[in-house]
Amino acid sequence: MSGRIGTRIAPRFSPRFGPRLGRQELAAWSFALPALSVIGLFFMLPVATGLALSLTDFDLYALASLKNLRFVGIDNYITVLQRPLFWKALGNTLYFVAVGVPLSVGLSLLFAVALQSKLVRFKPVLRTALFSPVVATLVAVAVIWRYLLHTRYGLINEGLVALGFSPVDWLGDPHWSMPAIILFAAWKNFGGNMIIFIAALQAIPEDLYEAARLDGAKTWAQFRHITLPGLAPTLLMVSILTIAGYFQLFAEPYVMTQGGPLESTKSVLYLMFEDGFKWWNLGQASALAFVLFAIIVAFSRGLLWLTRRLGVEA
Amino acid sequence: MNRREWLAGTAALTAAGCARSDKPLVFWGMGREGEVAQELLQGFTQETGLAVQVEQLPWTAAHEKLLTAFAGDATPDVAQLGNTWVAELAALNALEPLTPWIAGFDHGDYFSGIWATNEIDGQLLGLPWYVDTRLLFYRSDLLAQVGWREAPRSWAEWMRCMAALAAGPVQRPLLLPSNEFEPLLALALQQDDRLLKDGDTRGNFSSPGFRRALGFYLDLMRRGFAPLQSNQEISNLWHEFAKGTFAFYISGPWNIGEFRRRLPAAFQGQWTTAALPGPNGPGASIAGGASLAMFRRSRAKPAAWKLIEYLSRPAVQGRFYELTGSLPPREKSWALPLLAADAQARAFREQLGRARPVPPVPEWERIMQEMQLFAAHAAHDGTPVDATVTALDKSVDVMLEKRRWMRSRT
Repeated sequence: MSGRIGTRIAPRFSPRFGPRLGRQELAAWSFALPALSVIGLFFMLPVATGLALSLTDFDLYALASLKNLRFVGIDNYITVLQRPLFWKALGNTLYFVAVGVPLSVGLSLLFAVALQSKLVRFKPVLRTALFSPVVATLVAVAVIWRYLLHTRYGLINEGLVALGFSPVDWLGDPHWSMPAIILFAAWKNFGGNMIIFIAALQAIPEDLYEAARLDGAKTWAQFRHITLPGLAPTLLMVSILTIAGYFQLFAEPYVMTQGGPLESTKSVLYLMFEDGFKWWNLGQASALAFVLFAIIVAFSRGLLWLTRRLGVEA
Repeated sequence: MNRREWLAGTAALTAAGCARSDKPLVFWGMGREGEVAQELLQGFTQETGLAVQVEQLPWTAAHEKLLTAFAGDATPDVAQLGNTWVAELAALNALEPLTPWIAGFDHGDYFSGIWATNEIDGQLLGLPWYVDTRLLFYRSDLLAQVGWREAPRSWAEWMRCMAALAAGPVQRPLLLPSNEFEPLLALALQQDDRLLKDGDTRGNFSSPGFRRALGFYLDLMRRGFAPLQSNQEISNLWHEFAKGTFAFYISGPWNIGEFRRRLPAAFQGQWTTAALPGPNGPGASIAGGASLAMFRRSRAKPAAWKLIEYLSRPAVQGRFYELTGSLPPREKSWALPLLAADAQARAFREQLGRARPVPPVPEWERIMQEMQLFAAHAAHDGTPVDATVTALDKSVDVMLEKRRWMRSRT
């Protein structure tokens, strides 16, 4: 819902032909019409319906008879903002985004740069291996991760114990469940961004590095002054997409912890799913959806503003 | 024409209609019960000539599927319903009242607690199919080691028994997963106070009864008798039970079959079942289980009733027990030698006599989960009982707001 950031609106009438619809414009509209009607039917209409729904108290009783439907105005929004569980879920989601996005993007960048290095052998094999979690089915790998994270018999805890730490109850302890989910999500997702970074790295001209080396720049200086500025637009795009995606955290906790223990992994989207499809309070769930939408838009806008301030061209 | 004649007339007409159109009856079964329904219903088809199409739903998706089927006008003729869902589907007006149909059906031997879960506002909306209640599974050998030949019968005895076990062979004698709501609900149902008040439109969790139940529940954890953990952390319940990681577990009838099948023969003499201890002597427990319900939009109601009636016969229920371990809801089926001779199942029979229904409101499923969540938080953070029940009542009152509004209109 939120991937689109800016839309360009074509002027309705071109000044050259005056207010009457010229042949060219007619042709243009007829080309655009099929796509527009699909977007209208499958995007604009559901969004408008959702907005209308969020102003009512549509629930199980209303499903039985529309006589039980009340128009409640912005009451749903007020209720959402007054619910302690919403703030808890928002806190969990922000935690996930704040730690998960830098970790995931950092991993992508690290592996992309490493794979570009001339010292690394077997690049195609490594690239495939690192990308494979992205295409693996989430539910299947979640099951495997649950074995790895198991308190008593898991590989990760065996490693910790071998290193002299005490075992961690990863999915059962409210303090460790979110870190476990973040680790899992970062591992699952970094490959996609890594491929984008690799493509962007290949677009940076090699002679810049040669010139830098002639000037005596070391590896870190090359990375800092050539690679990073070259990657800046890609980095911005990847960050925005990852933030928007990570705000919609759902499948990982749904499969691994069911939002528990003690709601420590319940995200805003998870709360919305429960409200809407478990308890059938579609009015409240729709209001929650719009609140989440506003938050994601605000964050993406904020990031764009920040990068403009920092002088990076997007 | 009186109602019976009219019913018989429609029955004949519909039967004739069925024979012509050859449309099978549609039956929705859930989980394991759905799997065996096909086999159970072969006899029905032989007897009546009515074909039945059995559709299996997984339990996890069944609730959503029923609601979407109602919204999409695609409900079956007959379905198996978890008995806490009856109120929800009744609110949708999706179910056909069975009161007129049971006129010629002998139902005096059904357990009253279970029967009550199917009655909403004086209408019978489902016929109990099998029952489910919770009681104690325990390690008789470990209890004998600390001098208990019998299972504890009251809360005080239970505490004493666990103290003895904790000092001896089992450090944490009770398994009480923080994400299972059934144990606390059972303890709460043992009290005289109802869980909801004002015509089931407000929470009654600050009543002395619920405070007592929650206090006892939290005490079990605060004294260290039950570890603070969810059932996700137990990788193999049966194995841990056999190892003696815990000596008590509160669970349902299906685990009789599981313990028999999954644990070695040598171990079988070392565990058994007993009634759930109550505040003073054997206590009440949950009246759970599933019912058979007929949908209002069914086009073949007489045939649908025949199907429900067939599945409720003692002989068919005996076969059902053999196939799934599901316990029958009526005295006559319990008289079958198969069940009468089974000591571990008999404890359930005894417990069923003391089973109590939950408030029949559509919001109940959600209220129950909220209750467990508040209790789990209290167990983790040490929130006092008073603060917990006040906050819980407040939260439940918000959930029931729509119900109050609906009530005030009529």
